[in-house]
Amino acid sequence: MADRWSAGVIPYAEMGYWEPDYVPKDTDILCAFRITPQPDVPPEEAGAAVAGESSTATWTVVWTDRLTAHEHYQAKCYKVEAVPNSDNQYIAWIAYSIDLFEEGSIANLTSSIIGNVFGFKALKALRLEDMRIPFAYVKTFRGPPHGIVMEREYLNKYGRPLLGATTKPKLGLSARNYGRVVYEALRGGLDFVKDDENINSQPFMRWRDRYLYCMEAVNRAQAETGEIKGHYLNVTAGTMEEMYERSEFAASLGTVIVMIDLTIGYTAIQSMSNWARANGVILHLHRAGHGTYTRQKTHGVSFRVIAKWMRLAGVDHIHAGTVVGKLEGDPNMVAGYYDTLRLGQIAADPAKGLYFDQDWASMPGTMPVASGGIHAGQMHQLLHYLGEDVILQFGGGTIGHPMGVSAGAEANRVAVEAVIKARNEGKDYLAEGDDILKAAAKKCKSLDVALDTWGDISFNYESTDTSDVVETPTPA
Amino acid sequence: MRITQGTFSYLPDFTDDEISAQIQYCIDQDWPLSVEFTDDPHPRNTYWEMWGLPMFDLKDAAGVLMEVNACRKAQPDHYIKLNAYDATLGRQTTMLSFIVQRPQHEPGFRLDRQEVSDRRIRYTAHSYATERPVGERYARS
Repeated sequence: MADRWSAGVIPYAEMGYWEPDYVPKDTDILCAFRITPQPDVPPEEAGAAVAGESSTATWTVVWTDRLTAHEHYQAKCYKVEAVPNSDNQYIAWIAYSIDLFEEGSIANLTSSIIGNVFGFKALKALRLEDMRIPFAYVKTFRGPPHGIVMEREYLNKYGRPLLGATTKPKLGLSARNYGRVVYEALRGGLDFVKDDENINSQPFMRWRDRYLYCMEAVNRAQAETGEIKGHYLNVTAGTMEEMYERSEFAASLGTVIVMIDLTIGYTAIQSMSNWARANGVILHLHRAGHGTYTRQKTHGVSFRVIAKWMRLAGVDHIHAGTVVGKLEGDPNMVAGYYDTLRLGQIAADPAKGLYFDQDWASMPGTMPVASGGIHAGQMHQLLHYLGEDVILQFGGGTIGHPMGVSAGAEANRVAVEAVIKARNEGKDYLAEGDDILKAAAKKCKSLDVALDTWGDISFNYESTDTSDVVETPTPA
Repeated sequence: MRITQGTFSYLPDFTDDEISAQIQYCIDQDWPLSVEFTDDPHPRNTYWEMWGLPMFDLKDAAGVLMEVNACRKAQPDHYIKLNAYDATLGRQTTMLSFIVQRPQHEPGFRLDRQEVSDRRIRYTAHSYATERPVGERYARS
């Protein structure tokens, strides 16, 4: 073995980045990377390279390492395991000292962990599967400004999933017509309506006009039902200054919630979280763009990691998959995301893609949002897969109702209440779901029509992002 | 109008048997039940009157239903709701809450609009019931 400090290039594994005997500390940040090494690169060397490039290393020996307590700052790959039933894929387990990271900064955390290493030539592909955020580091973040419990108490809504819809068509409506859809959906029975991710401030509808009409709609619906209602006003804009201006205006109109897109970036999300906390406004996050790096199994960052970062960064809502809808989502993987967002203590569970135990240090939970191609006829399945602390968003499934938007909303509300009632009565609501909904539809014309229209619609495609240990097709 | 607060307001009003089934579910989850009533169901009226304390130690659905009926008898024209509470760490909140009695006539709300500057409007939901004094709000006609 070459001398560790001889000038030149030596394998990462020999520079201290491969330490199979290392016992991770409780304060270490741990990562599980899925690595696909180039031919002739041993997996231990590939794992060590990832550890090196995501912490202190560069491509060659530098004497200036000797001015530091380098063994402390070096990340350590402590385990490499072949992925079952795969060709040339390995999981590399890497530990990082907490001292490598700035307190309360997702930008800093991610600049280290995924900053450079994904372009590294010695790897054909790389994916960050999961992270263990140590208790001590969790405590440097403030987390969701409200969280699931506070949101429910604020809205006075308990015991069932909340219901929402995204206004459609997603682009092109004038502010006045847009507000009509919001009003009809809310008065019909939904709790929330939502701007779509790409509704910001376009020529056909400027943000200020939209906010004014939407708040008229929200307030009218509240007075008609005696229930608290909300519309996620999307404040996403090109600059922080512009986002603050829109948020302030939304708050001045009395909105209970505003919305941002993941595309605004981690730092902007943390800033908006502070704003939401200071103003008592719930913060909804749309995960726009995530599919570009979460979907393919050998590349990118798993959504469960994004979910962790966003709970730390501090959002009250985040889109996290439907299982049964039109968008990618293996049931086990989605269960893992939902656990990550909602629970306080999470045990590692390979079937759900959870590689580590995670203790959230009493940080409030983030409400998962299920949106995309779901309808009232799937209500029993949605409750089964996603549970009660979730927002079910029926966009087309509300607005496309043949009897109108408000009837579509009512159908969804009756369906969710009927399934919850049956579950609480001890019925096997998953097996008997169709009958439960049909019985409820006898007393509710709009549900009857919804079931006739969409009852048979399902999206049966195989998921690309699945657990390594179980085979589970997307259900109907 | 029909106020749609609560978990089951979009379903037909529950019979006592249906209410008992929900109570049993809550008891099985170890969630104590409580009864609350009001004559002002404004959506922001958080604190309805408590009909006694939460029934922490009552594990019998019939006993809880008895309290519901006692409250109905004492407050025949008020809104009454039944709540279930989960005191476990990380939760410590209401888990189920549904209306079990409504006044014969639900007067609902008026939306007041105060026009401010720059097209902004300040909205207030005005509870018609509160136009009459406490105790006379839902007098039967």
